[in-house]
Amino acid sequence: MACIEARGLRKAFGTTIALDGINMRVEEGRILGLIGPNGAGKTTALDAILGLTTFQGQLRTLGRDPWKERDQLMRDVCFIADVAVLPRWARVSQLLDYVGAVHPRFNRAKAESFLAKTTINRTSKVRELSKGMVTQLHLAVVMAIDARLLVLDEPTLGLDILYRKQFYDSLLNDYFDHNRTIVVATHQVEEIEHVLTDVMFIDRGRIVFECSMDDLESRYAEVKVRPEQAPAARALKPMYERQAIGGSVLLFDGVDRQQLAALGEVRTPGVADLFVAVIGNQPGRAQGAAR
Amino acid sequence: MNTQSNAIPDTPVEAQGFAPAVIPESRILYWLVQRELWENRSIYIAPLAVAGYILASTLIYYFRQAGKMRAALPLDPMQQHEVFAQQVDFAALLIMGTTFLVAIFYCLDALHGERRDRSILFWRSLPVSDLMTVLSKASIPLVVLPLLTFAITVVTQGLMVLMGSVALMGSGLSVATLWNQLSLSQMWLGLLYHLVTIHALWYAPIFCWLLLVSAWARRAAFLWAALPLLAIAIVEKIAFNTSYFAAMLQHRLGGAAEAVIAPGTLPMDPMTHITPGHFLSNPGLWLGLAIFAAFLAAAVRLRRYQGPI
Repeated sequence: MACIEARGLRKAFGTTIALDGINMRVEEGRILGLIGPNGAGKTTALDAILGLTTFQGQLRTLGRDPWKERDQLMRDVCFIADVAVLPRWARVSQLLDYVGAVHPRFNRAKAESFLAKTTINRTSKVRELSKGMVTQLHLAVVMAIDARLLVLDEPTLGLDILYRKQFYDSLLNDYFDHNRTIVVATHQVEEIEHVLTDVMFIDRGRIVFECSMDDLESRYAEVKVRPEQAPAARALKPMYERQAIGGSVLLFDGVDRQQLAALGEVRTPGVADLFVAVIGNQPGRAQGAAR
Repeated sequence: MNTQSNAIPDTPVEAQGFAPAVIPESRILYWLVQRELWENRSIYIAPLAVAGYILASTLIYYFRQAGKMRAALPLDPMQQHEVFAQQVDFAALLIMGTTFLVAIFYCLDALHGERRDRSILFWRSLPVSDLMTVLSKASIPLVVLPLLTFAITVVTQGLMVLMGSVALMGSGLSVATLWNQLSLSQMWLGLLYHLVTIHALWYAPIFCWLLLVSAWARRAAFLWAALPLLAIAIVEKIAFNTSYFAAMLQHRLGGAAEAVIAPGTLPMDPMTHITPGHFLSNPGLWLGLAIFAAFLAAAVRLRRYQGPI
């Protein structure tokens, strides 16, 4: 059974189409990065997956209809919607008491041991904590829940680099194992690149690109060529070209690396480079960007 | 199965293949109510503060009385008792009025505040249904506050009686007369009856209407709660030259006494007529409860559809 399976997922707000027929399948044990520009439909897609919004089309999360069975689904699914959603009036100990009482899979001891590594005081109220500490607290709560699917929507937005790094490190080291699935939506690509097993690009309500990180390494190559080599390189039909100091950088899909090595220095492109190439090539995108 | 997974040995659920675990609904409801009390401390602080003021004022009253007695002003015992009975009634009235106001403001914010501060997204990440959440919020004005009012009033009046007794003993008057006249148990039974019938059952549709508005309104929940009712009454008056709707509202808000207690007595009269037959045979009660159920269902549905504001 796939963890998430969507076919023809659509959602419109009035005349604005947020999701325009999305097909996706996320297998268990993957860490998927859902990457897209602002307003691409990331949050709407995640809301639908989590049963927070109605949708058209077919969608199954852990084999359930998320809208109809949200409360049952939440026994196996956890999500961090945004850094600022913990109730500000609550004390840390109250939050732990409450989650422990209503969530059958919450392990209080685990949450306490995560918190022990931070400077968060049990008697503090959420409103007294810094933004980074609130995220640490939320992560401690979520990581102590033995869920099958964890969904994170821009979890590190507005945090400084230390907290961001810590966040993904604890996620990877203390939480992830191959029985769990994690979906992370963000537009800060570089930070999560090393964590992911799969990437998916979403643009204007459509999935425009999907690839596993293993395939990405074998399929895509980036070559930096000197101006005189450029015509020869262009003949190999790059999917994207950008200017760099002392030449151009060309991105190729499925071209033999040895052939490229003759032209210049070959490396595996970063997800960010690929993202720019794929989104930049979308019909209508260039026009929009020029405006 | 275990031989394969070398991941985290200290999580047995892993090995059980995520067997579904269920927490009883009653336990969830208990913790939901607990959560409301954590968040809205005014639920108990406001009536406790009023009770404190009443007791302090009563204390001042007796100190003044003691001063007068030393000045050799004779006190008519009957008069003294009458003043005393009034004070005790007034205390109950004040505490009840406070919790009624608390209930109104609680309801207007109950399903609005969580959307405003986006914490609804956190609550929804937990396996708690919208029905249970709304039920827990409705139980605050309908169950928690009436019971709390009863407890605080009983303790306050008890302390007042104690103070009065001490003062009477000091002045050499008979304490027994006072106790006979008051008949505390009947007074408290009457209070409980009043709270259950009027504050919980008769006002239930009002509280639930406020909850519904708080689930629906994006801002100014108070206005949205009041203006549509006013608008309906005005339209009815102008278009049909009738005022059934306004009369109905008035009956709901101000007619509680007639509904609960047989004509000719006051609801605040401590021991008089507890007439459940009269109350239960009032069609207005059942109509109100039907409206309450409809509003509750609508609020549950809205809680599901509405996101953060």
